[in-house]
Amino acid sequence: MSGNGRTKLVLGYGTCGIAAGAAAVKEALERELSVGDYDLELDIAGCMGFCFREPIVEVFYPDGKAVVYGDLTPKKVPQLLQAAASGEILEDWVVRRSDDPTASEGDFLANQHRIVLRHCGKLNPESIDEYIAMGGYEAARKALTTMTPEEIIDEVSKSGLRGRGGAGFPTGTKWGFARKARGDQKYLVCNADEGDPGAFMDRSVLEGDPHAVIEGMIIAGYAIGATQGYIYCRAEYPLALKRLDIAIAACRERGFLGERIFGTDWNFDIKIKKGAGAFVCGEETALIASIEGKRGMPRPRPPFPANEGLWGKPTNINNVETLAAVPWIIANGGEKYAQLGTEKSKGTKVFCLAGKVRRSGLAEVPMGYTLRQVIFDVGGGVREGKEFKAVQLGGPSGGCLPASLLDTPVDYEAITATGAIMGSGGMIVADSSTCMVDLARYFLSFTQAESCGKCVPCRLGTKRMLEILTRICEGKGEPEDLERLEVLAADIKAASLCALGGTAPNPVLTTLKYFRNEYEDHIFKRKCTAGVCPALITVKINQEVCTGCGACARICPVEAISGEKKEPHSIDPQVCIRCKLCLSRCPEEAIYAE
Amino acid sequence: MMEGDTCKCSQRFADVDDLEPLREILERYKGEKGALIPLLQDAQEAYGYLDEKIMRALAKGAGYQLSQLYGVATFYTQFRLQPIGEHLIRVCHGTACHVAGAELISEEIHNILGIRDGETTPDRKFTVETVMCVGACSLSPIMIVDEDTHGKLKPANVRKVLKKYMGESEEREE
Repeated sequence: MSGNGRTKLVLGYGTCGIAAGAAAVKEALERELSVGDYDLELDIAGCMGFCFREPIVEVFYPDGKAVVYGDLTPKKVPQLLQAAASGEILEDWVVRRSDDPTASEGDFLANQHRIVLRHCGKLNPESIDEYIAMGGYEAARKALTTMTPEEIIDEVSKSGLRGRGGAGFPTGTKWGFARKARGDQKYLVCNADEGDPGAFMDRSVLEGDPHAVIEGMIIAGYAIGATQGYIYCRAEYPLALKRLDIAIAACRERGFLGERIFGTDWNFDIKIKKGAGAFVCGEETALIASIEGKRGMPRPRPPFPANEGLWGKPTNINNVETLAAVPWIIANGGEKYAQLGTEKSKGTKVFCLAGKVRRSGLAEVPMGYTLRQVIFDVGGGVREGKEFKAVQLGGPSGGCLPASLLDTPVDYEAITATGAIMGSGGMIVADSSTCMVDLARYFLSFTQAESCGKCVPCRLGTKRMLEILTRICEGKGEPEDLERLEVLAADIKAASLCALGGTAPNPVLTTLKYFRNEYEDHIFKRKCTAGVCPALITVKINQEVCTGCGACARICPVEAISGEKKEPHSIDPQVCIRCKLCLSRCPEEAIYAE
Repeated sequence: MMEGDTCKCSQRFADVDDLEPLREILERYKGEKGALIPLLQDAQEAYGYLDEKIMRALAKGAGYQLSQLYGVATFYTQFRLQPIGEHLIRVCHGTACHVAGAELISEEIHNILGIRDGETTPDRKFTVETVMCVGACSLSPIMIVDEDTHGKLKPANVRKVLKKYMGESEEREE
């Protein structure tokens, strides 16, 4: 990164970094560099994946050494610049150092294998030159100038790459269908409608390495015979949209997009379509309807999009992560990609670690890694040393797995066998303070709201399930409710038109399977052991710990808390509405719910 | 022009009686296939919401049935048929935020401002919306006020954050 002999500072400038305060850090860096006498360069990059320590700066020294610093603030900037200029290492701020890759939080990265995220955090996503300097667009050039479409499809088939949007359909086979489909015009669509709550890897790739996705699309378009590409991206990702715009414009300038690209007689261009907020548009046929300007409602298949897709023409749809892996596969060969992973799941998968995990962020690991390796070796285990309770995989379509299944490998078939799904890659870790019934209710409230309403099992079935879950959480559950949930779930899964309905019961079914005792506690003992469901808890003050500061009494909206100054306070359970506002106010953490 | 701080919304968005911005938008997508959603998106960006007047003019100008526009506008969560307040509060209810207590954040906003998802305060100062995952899960729970992200929130800190956006009158009421 610092070929010209100068030390270079690279600021993580993705959405998560900016949300954590990277904009203010950037301003401070620019200000200090303009007034101070430093021989330093400053650049930005997308998310490195160390979301738990944002804002982050990586310092690249001329000798090749690199140090990542985290939790930066504008106040820390002068000290950071002085250290970078003098070569001093600020030990207390270090997140990772290249000369000791497992020190500090380094094993977060050391335990990963990055292919899709290979450039994220390493290059300025708004600079096509930096991408080219790292070998960018060489794979597209190779594909278009030296390979036939069939050879490309063959290479992708050999790699074993499967759709990373969640369904896991073999990409090479899918391309083959689109290649063989008859049509004067074919389309390629990049599905960037990342709607799963808790999943942000597509956003990170689009923000951190937009050219990799575009390059993947150029190769895919040529392979299937599509001259027009679309990127369907959520409107909620303004930074990703901005960087895609910049990247596409730069590609047109270089002759990588447009007419006669790479000096061949092949034409290919890309249009961006902004999604308008509908989870169901992640489904292929709904996504197509949305691009056509209609309500995003799925339709029965066949005909499959490969034969009749956008505007009735053959259309191939791939997820962001799938397309971002393609240039690497063409550059390095399908066989090399297939060396990673398990028998049926090849290559790597990006996961978004979040929830009660200590290191939340982006984790790309080879298929076959166990959940334990991802959560503990990469993620550093559960926060505050608490006990692991569950991991939620695959968002609203996925499921919750208990500690006993932590040795399940990351593999499409192995994860499906547990009742969860690989999904797009969200991985939310739960500890003892998470109520599994409430979590199931949360996902059902999501799918119920996002159901497009077209077919009855999904539209009404999810509503009935949500009603049952809500009453269980409110302490009004009936003994027959568990069976009712199971019957409804089976019917919805069997009879729904698309995958939204077909997978919506998964969070309920997996929690019923692995955490049934929590449901039973709610129904029979009227108790929420995690202390979450308001109707089933009592908020209390630990008399031993309370210092009588009165902060809780002042914030209580119903004046349920009383006590003498500097004496332990208490809560009147008859008045308390269990809003738990006092819990977050207490400086001594003396208040608890049970 | 008068001192601009009386009503910021009029500066941010065009008046619904002024159809000039709409004409530009219609021109932008003239002859483009499947432009209904971008038309609505751009119109909302210009006017802040999709007023009936705007929808009617859009239907006429682009050759759609009003029902088509209404059908699409009510299907997607991005579109608003009501104007929003001066400050837009978006509370993230993604999975990570839910697990971290997003419900309590929304509840505290309701305690302070008296509004729930989709509602606007009578003085048009605040609108609160629930959003699904903004993708900054490591900072959960999160709320975004206008363009500012406030992460790792505690319910007890919500009032302090909102105070920054309140005019003096509200602060004196405290």
